[in-house]
Amino acid sequence: MTPAASPHPRQDRERLLVIDPAADRFADHRITDLPDFLADGDALVLNDAATLPASLRAAADLEIRLMSQLDDRTWLALSLGRGDFHVATEQRGAPPVLEVGTELAFGHGLTARVRAVDSASSRLLYLEFQARGSELWQALYRTAAPIQYAYVRAPLQLWDVQNAYGSRPWAVEMPSAGRPLSFETLFRAAARGVRLAHVTHAAGLSSTGDAALDARLPVAERYELSEENAARLASTRARGGRIIAVGTSVTRALEAASSSGQLRAGSGRTDLLLGPDSVLRICDGLLTGLHEPGTSHFALLEAYGPRALLERAFRHAQRHGYLQHEFGDSCLILKGSLDARLAAGFPAGSEQEWRQAG
Amino acid sequence: MEIEGTATLITGASRGLGEALAVELGRQGARVVLVSRSRTTLAPVVRRIREAGGEAHALEADLGSKADIYPLAGAANALVGPIDLLIHNASDLGPVPLRLLLDTECEDFERVLAVNLLGPFRLSRVIAGSMALRERGTIVHLSSDASVNSYARWGAYSVSKAALDHLSRLWAVELAERNVRSFSVDPGEMDTQMHALALPDVDPETLSRPKDVAARIAALIRSTTTANGARVDLSSSGAAS
Repeated sequence: MTPAASPHPRQDRERLLVIDPAADRFADHRITDLPDFLADGDALVLNDAATLPASLRAAADLEIRLMSQLDDRTWLALSLGRGDFHVATEQRGAPPVLEVGTELAFGHGLTARVRAVDSASSRLLYLEFQARGSELWQALYRTAAPIQYAYVRAPLQLWDVQNAYGSRPWAVEMPSAGRPLSFETLFRAAARGVRLAHVTHAAGLSSTGDAALDARLPVAERYELSEENAARLASTRARGGRIIAVGTSVTRALEAASSSGQLRAGSGRTDLLLGPDSVLRICDGLLTGLHEPGTSHFALLEAYGPRALLERAFRHAQRHGYLQHEFGDSCLILKGSLDARLAAGFPAGSEQEWRQAG
Repeated sequence: MEIEGTATLITGASRGLGEALAVELGRQGARVVLVSRSRTTLAPVVRRIREAGGEAHALEADLGSKADIYPLAGAANALVGPIDLLIHNASDLGPVPLRLLLDTECEDFERVLAVNLLGPFRLSRVIAGSMALRERGTIVHLSSDASVNSYARWGAYSVSKAALDHLSRLWAVELAERNVRSFSVDPGEMDTQMHALALPDVDPETLSRPKDVAARIAALIRSTTTANGARVDLSSSGAAS
């Protein structure tokens, strides 16, 4: 499938592939139609993490990507070698091997020391910054750039990788399922009685450029679910509403928060991987991008719907010019979504549907 | 809105009313991020708030620069959590002595609008999305009587404040259903450096003290009766219009 190469798609033109596992069919829509598939009493759960600039340059042959914040000045980080974002991550040169104690300088007075190196890969580092608090954050925002993607031609600016409702900069890559959601769409959903809820999840690196390291992703990522939001979701469930996660990161955070069998407020770290055999305890539906079969993201979709339907839908999307990746189109996987829309009075002829998109 | 524990961002906080507001809100328990074009000018204010037992952080940003807005919001959210109280206090008068419109350079006019109007719009746009999602937030816009009166030589500043008042009312209309409140305040004439630059011949003894005005603005923030979209005039009776 073609990646979306521009960070500025027109939100009202972006597409939404609605997949209804109960009806075993899917239909083409626009992202602005999303509220039509949600019902009074449902909850739409967003990841409100903002995206921090996580790419630092220490030398021509050394880029550091922050992966996960461990305390107020220590991060798990990944080193990459020669090459810039025009080069696919897996094509980048090998970075220099850094010893414990090495000092790295990134400009604007921002420096860090290698505190430890992962025993299995010299590219995984524990970095301790010299500065902390406002000095560290100010220097980080001055010095670092957002993580870039080889398929996006121009360098991404900080504002290109933010969701409209983000706040704390916990994510090192944009939780991109929420990117196409305008407030027009969110407020329209709210006006229909859909409750807007949120978790904060530190969405991590999507790729390291090394298959062995990629197999270790995701690293344990921080999440936080407030008491208020946990109560909102519990009451949604109690009243028979459905919980729709916006993004795989929200699914992982909510399912981790309900691993005891009951949704619990609080913060923690999760490296939960979900797949076809997973039983979802809290999430009923998912809004996400279009993920290729065979990827870990696609495996997570299989927790929401059967592989055969998802593969058919993906082939259909591919054939009909849907775009993928961070700035691409979306899909909604929600049981009963298409029937509910028809029941709500939308004439069947108003939408194109494919029962058999082989 | 409860001030105790509230994540607060104040622009133009190194002196004058901004400084007084930061100190007053810090004293009342807000977790304050102070913003100015120079961190060094903020250091003594941050120290004062901390010495009094409050929480304060200093961030450097030029509100007139698009590139500074996301870094400012991101760093502020990282330091104190999602911002619940946003106070647009930073202002640019333009070149002083103030001059007639016919003598005003277009670039100076643009700069005043960039700092006094576009900057607050950009910063609110980044911060109010989270407020709307969380259904909690207050945005305060510092205005001036120049926003409603046409004083010769106050051109760019005057236009920027009139537009800022209206921006405040528009935020109020669009965000009311999400429990986000916006209002503007005309603080009246105060004994500040900005006032001295604009009107050097006025006797400072006849002006209000920023500390007293800050306490009144804090009361407006706390009060549940401050109307969404109001323009509150503190120059005399304090009646809202």
